[in-house]
Amino acid sequence: MSAFTLLGVLVALSLIGFVLGRARAVALHNAGEKLHSRAGYHGGLVSIATFLPAFVVMSVALIAQPEIEYNVASANFPAEVLEDPIRTDLEVSATRNVAEGLELVDEATRSRLQFGLIEVRSALGEVGVALPANVTNYMIIGARDVLDFRDTAKPIVFGVCVAIALLALLLTWRSIGSRLRARNMVENVVRTGLLLASGIAILTTLGIVLSMLWESIRFFEMVPPQHFFFGTTWNPGFVNVGETELAGSGGRGSFGLLPLLWGTAYISLIALLIAVPIGLLSAVYMSEFAGPRTRAYAKPLIEVLAGVPTIVYGFFALVTVGPFIRDMINTIPGMSVGASSVATAGVVMGIMIIPFVSSLSDDIINAVPQSLRDGAYGLGATKAETVRQVILPAALPGIVGAVLLAASRAIGETMIVVLAAGATAKIDINPFEAMTTVTVKIVSQLTGDVEFTSPQALVAFALGLTLFVVTLVMNIVALRIVRKYREQYE
Amino acid sequence: MTDMAQSDIGTAAPMPGGAPGDRSLTSGNTFGIRRRRAAEGRFKFYGVMAISIALIFLTILLGSIISKGYKGFLATDLNVEIDLQPSIMDPNGLLAAGSIEQLRDELQDGVNFLRFSQIIAPAVYDAAGVDPSNRDQAREVRALVSRSAPVLLRDQVLADPTLIGQTLEMPLLAGGDVDAYLKGYVKRETPEQNRRLTDYQLNLVDDMVERGAITQRFNTELFTNTTSKRPEAAGLGVALIGSFYMMIVVLAVALPIGVAASIYLEEFAPKNTLTDAIEVNINNLAAVPSIVFGILGLAVFINWMGLPNSAPLVGGLVLSLMTLPTIIIATRASLKAVPPSIREAALGVGASKMQSVFHHVLPLALPGILTGTIIGLAQALGETAPLLMVGMDAFVTRYPELPTDPATSLPSQIYNWAREDDRNSFDPKTSAAIMVLLMFLAIMNFTAVLLRKRFERRW
Repeated sequence: MSAFTLLGVLVALSLIGFVLGRARAVALHNAGEKLHSRAGYHGGLVSIATFLPAFVVMSVALIAQPEIEYNVASANFPAEVLEDPIRTDLEVSATRNVAEGLELVDEATRSRLQFGLIEVRSALGEVGVALPANVTNYMIIGARDVLDFRDTAKPIVFGVCVAIALLALLLTWRSIGSRLRARNMVENVVRTGLLLASGIAILTTLGIVLSMLWESIRFFEMVPPQHFFFGTTWNPGFVNVGETELAGSGGRGSFGLLPLLWGTAYISLIALLIAVPIGLLSAVYMSEFAGPRTRAYAKPLIEVLAGVPTIVYGFFALVTVGPFIRDMINTIPGMSVGASSVATAGVVMGIMIIPFVSSLSDDIINAVPQSLRDGAYGLGATKAETVRQVILPAALPGIVGAVLLAASRAIGETMIVVLAAGATAKIDINPFEAMTTVTVKIVSQLTGDVEFTSPQALVAFALGLTLFVVTLVMNIVALRIVRKYREQYE
Repeated sequence: MTDMAQSDIGTAAPMPGGAPGDRSLTSGNTFGIRRRRAAEGRFKFYGVMAISIALIFLTILLGSIISKGYKGFLATDLNVEIDLQPSIMDPNGLLAAGSIEQLRDELQDGVNFLRFSQIIAPAVYDAAGVDPSNRDQAREVRALVSRSAPVLLRDQVLADPTLIGQTLEMPLLAGGDVDAYLKGYVKRETPEQNRRLTDYQLNLVDDMVERGAITQRFNTELFTNTTSKRPEAAGLGVALIGSFYMMIVVLAVALPIGVAASIYLEEFAPKNTLTDAIEVNINNLAAVPSIVFGILGLAVFINWMGLPNSAPLVGGLVLSLMTLPTIIIATRASLKAVPPSIREAALGVGASKMQSVFHHVLPLALPGILTGTIIGLAQALGETAPLLMVGMDAFVTRYPELPTDPATSLPSQIYNWAREDDRNSFDPKTSAAIMVLLMFLAIMNFTAVLLRKRFERRW
């Protein structure tokens, strides 16, 4: 909360700075001095100067805090713990929990405590903090050190930030005069802000890649990459919270990616088999045959399909399409299948991406120059012949790109497959069997109680990275094809 | 010229590929015109079929949701007369002694929770017209009432302890199975051992419905209650608040950053590698699977920054990153649509570049930006997968006070309900929740369309 207080103080100071700066500029102007910029810009400059440097210091302190606390907490750990980085991580986070608990205990109780384990446990129990079973004495000492560190560091940071803000306020306020180009300075700050905002996009990508790469590397330290990428069995086993060694089959789970990729590809294939013909044909009809009235109604209606959230499709697959397909198949003698299947997920996903295919193809068909159509009509071709023999071949590269984009969307889709595809990882031809996908396994490995040092959880990051790379490559290729195709007719 | 053209056609008369001789321009059925027309008709038919299939899918999708969902908006009550006997509710006579606060504490204590069940039981026997001395029947009658009913009664008494001693005519929430039976999910034809209501209970319910002792009403608790394992008492309250908080976060984070980024890219960015990199990046981000954003949120916001799990703040941040490309693309398009003459006029009268953008271009682009933002928000509101990664699918039964408290969201609540085992009761409930979600999305998208229509400007 202290960070919020500080932020509040800084904002208040910067508002005061604005008022003071503006007032001074107005006063100078009234006194006959010629200022470069209007009064508001002077106020803005003082306000920015008050806020920004102090805010930067505060952010640095906030970012450094966990790192320093980590060292403070682990300073008293015995050597055998420090040798094992994973164990140190675990024990430091336990120490942090103890510290959070101690913070809730009132001052008097805290000082009365002998920091013997039993007293601490009961004292924390009273304020509703349950300590983990493996808390040891050195963790409690570490926790106290962390709290002591916080108690000393917080006022210092607070004081430094406020001092910087006040100093900056005073200096800029005094510098207001005819030589100060306040507007240019304010505009430069704003411009930098705009640049930083557009940098967020790069930061996000970087964050995605780095966070997943980092955890994937930790995963590949435990499981060799060839077992992951070429393994044909998926059986990660379980690991309980607090354990770091592998449980499960023979102490080591198997993390084969291939069954998951197969399930993903199979479901996407079915989805495309449904979406591409329907989407493409309706786009063709819409742009070449339909009158403006039909277009005005049908197009938005089809696009409603794109606005429906994926969870709704998932539920639809689970309670409507799944049982329907199951009952249909089970009427065939000798067949017995469940409601979760590749076919269910594929069909519903296909419905979901129809509008995607149709609106992309629509754009692409519309980009085919009218002169090509006129040429074909002039030669006596019917509309259908023009579409089949002129427009579609001309639009083919773009359509391929659109299909690729749709495929990448199908591969990354999560909710439908989580609810309707099943959870068994296997490689099978029968579309009415339940299979599983990369996204399903990401969800199942990362939800619930997760120990982030076990390969069972880390594998999700490797899966995520695989998914990211595959979809990225497809998107880049698709966008390149589409762009090249557009340029061709520009 | 015309002569030339005619003579050209004349010399090219035997069409390449066609069999010469039997096809000429004058004979009736040339070039297989009938065949070609038929092909044309077929092709058109395929197109119509494709559109119809898509629309049929849409109808089935919405139809199946609505046909189940409207039942989810109904709740079933047992209308009873509850005698809040002081001998059971207040055995220590605290109310008479005037110490209401003490009484509240006493009633709040879990030990005394049984009092409420004791009060409810005779009222229910009475309403059902059963003799409580027949133990088997009594047990089956008690099972008609929701197990949440004592909790609700307690809340009511705690709010106003002076009710003790009075006889209240009030509705009690019926159990989920009774509710499901009235909605047609539990069927009489099912063999008795396969359903959770016995024949005796079904007869009793039918009888009570006839007498007006069991009634259905609009389920306002769907919007106010927190979630519950008892379907009849489960509501969307926490989910609605969680989604609301997340939308606020998305609006506060994605809108300013998105607009700032677009202004930079559209108005200020020099043509260089960095700008290109940013542009390629934004286009690619728009196509990254949403679950990947969830993994990012888990790794960065929760594991690295230490923000709390299941918090709308974290969910909102993840959704902001996801919505950012949408907002940037829309904002850039509407900035691009403002004609250069506006900028030139501003610069001409002495405005700085920055002033021309913020005073003139941005206000003109505002409707387009708003439209894009609303569409981005709608997209964020319906997104589920990344929220599962940051723990927004938790079982939360307390209202979040701050955006950092645990909460769920509409879509993740739907996900949780979709996976409950008691399908008879949770199917309509889930569908109703979906209808609520779709309603919000429809309103948002409709607003966006209206905004676009109202303010669209062709220069």
